[in-house]
Amino acid sequence: MIRSVLLHGFVIAALIALEPLLSEYHHGNLARIMVLAVYATGYNILFGYTGLLSLGHAMFFAAGMYGCALMIRLAEWSVGPAFIVGVICALIAGIIVGFLALRTIGVGFMIVTLMFAEASYLTILYYNEYTRGDEGFTIAQSVRTIAGLDLSDTTTRYFSALTLFSICLIASAAVVQSKAGRVLVAIRENEDRVRMLGFDPFRYKLFALILSAVMAGSAGAAYAVLFGYAGASFAAVQYSIFPLLWVLLGGPGTTLGPLLGTVLMFYLVDYASGTIMPGLAAMVETQFGIEAPGLASAYLLLVGVALVLLVLFAPKGLLGTLRARMIPWLP
Amino acid sequence: MVAIAQLATEGLVKDFGGLRAVDVASFTLYDGEIRAVIGPNGAGKTTFVSLLCGRFPPTMGRITFEGRDITALPAHERVALGIAYTFQITSIFGNLSLYDNVALPAQRRVTLDGNGTVRTKAMAALDRVGLADKAQEIASNQSYGHQRLLEVAMGLALAPKVLILDEPTQGLADSEITEFIALIREVAEETTILLIEHNMPVVMALAQRITVLDQGQILAEGTPGEIRANAAVQTAYLGG
Repeated sequence: MIRSVLLHGFVIAALIALEPLLSEYHHGNLARIMVLAVYATGYNILFGYTGLLSLGHAMFFAAGMYGCALMIRLAEWSVGPAFIVGVICALIAGIIVGFLALRTIGVGFMIVTLMFAEASYLTILYYNEYTRGDEGFTIAQSVRTIAGLDLSDTTTRYFSALTLFSICLIASAAVVQSKAGRVLVAIRENEDRVRMLGFDPFRYKLFALILSAVMAGSAGAAYAVLFGYAGASFAAVQYSIFPLLWVLLGGPGTTLGPLLGTVLMFYLVDYASGTIMPGLAAMVETQFGIEAPGLASAYLLLVGVALVLLVLFAPKGLLGTLRARMIPWLP
Repeated sequence: MVAIAQLATEGLVKDFGGLRAVDVASFTLYDGEIRAVIGPNGAGKTTFVSLLCGRFPPTMGRITFEGRDITALPAHERVALGIAYTFQITSIFGNLSLYDNVALPAQRRVTLDGNGTVRTKAMAALDRVGLADKAQEIASNQSYGHQRLLEVAMGLALAPKVLILDEPTQGLADSEITEFIALIREVAEETTILLIEHNMPVVMALAQRITVLDQGQILAEGTPGEIRANAAVQTAYLGG
């Protein structure tokens, strides 16, 4: 328990210490990564600890994002209350989807969550008069302030993202190491047995789903106010897949896996699209005289290869493998 | 001592499609006894006790526990009332430590009672089956016999009023079986035991009364002596 507190404290302290050392480019990246890691942390509670694979988490992210951004855009609310509205929207979505989708298990659960997310994506497009659909809308820098602080300022933005991430990381660590967390893990391992030990699995799964949705929604709302943009692409299917990939990479069922996975995947995509793939395209052109303009932007190919290798050789993800091999106490 | 009915059924029927797996007119388990349920393969033993503990609902009939109708109660609420079930096919949490396996039912007990600590109750349950020194080891790395004992320990950690054991000695070595009989005798001092068992020496050593199931129906019921002498049982089961 003490080791776990020290470990999480160390990670948060390291993120604080890193701030003045970062170039402006990495500064913005890391703020974005921390917000997305909140999303992944929420996803991990449901997928990594409870064993429920959702393919529709983008609807919770988008519920938070639009709940917040629309209050600012249409009702001219300030950032604080609008953020809370965003989180409440995700909470309500979590309750509704939970009651319906948790009647199914396995592939059924994946399909039902996917369908709900698709329906919310189409709803956002349908009401493009308010949501501006795929194009989305920006939130003016002048209204992106909280308690007199300018959220578009890089340092404020960094520490706002870090605050939200720290809250979610600590909450996640506290939940998964609590008595309820032990039941969640047991449900992942053997739901029928949990029932025969006197626990109602449905209640625990609903709790995990709602907590997961609230974290995803807070990430969506934070993204809108910190980066000043809301768009339907955040509700599309790839934003449901991303947290799954981040968590798989970092280590499902580890508290720090979501952060690690998000950092690595973010920079892998960054490096692949900026350096590796354009370099490869240039090489193909000079060596073989073939022009391959598509290759330069085919960075997802590299991401795909990385994931296939991961699933084949380290299905527990990086931290999961580390826990199995070396550090059994890793939470 | 007057026998007090604890768990009872009336007209209990379970159909799977066209097959009537269980058709038990009346069954009563008395407070504090060790009862064995025996019968040939496919007689409906596991289905019958699964109905008792609520793993699935009966097609017809009524189940009462301590006078209360529990037919419609879901399994987890029956566990909370004091009916525990240990699985025939070992159903432990393989990736977790032995401690975490028993901590879960111990935690349930602590919540229900509102007192005690998970650690003491969990360690006590492991201690009873002789696995306390392996508490931190991973369950799936244990021998089959130890996994069976862990399964029983999970039942014990719930401190149930009725413990239903579904073929607990299957796959155990003879020496382990002797220890197991001693353990069940000790547990039976405070818990009613309903034992499904194929191993006749175990049944004869433990059971005060035996219920014989055949094709979903109760063929005979009585003391071990009476069952041994019963001609119908001999033809159906003991091989005449």
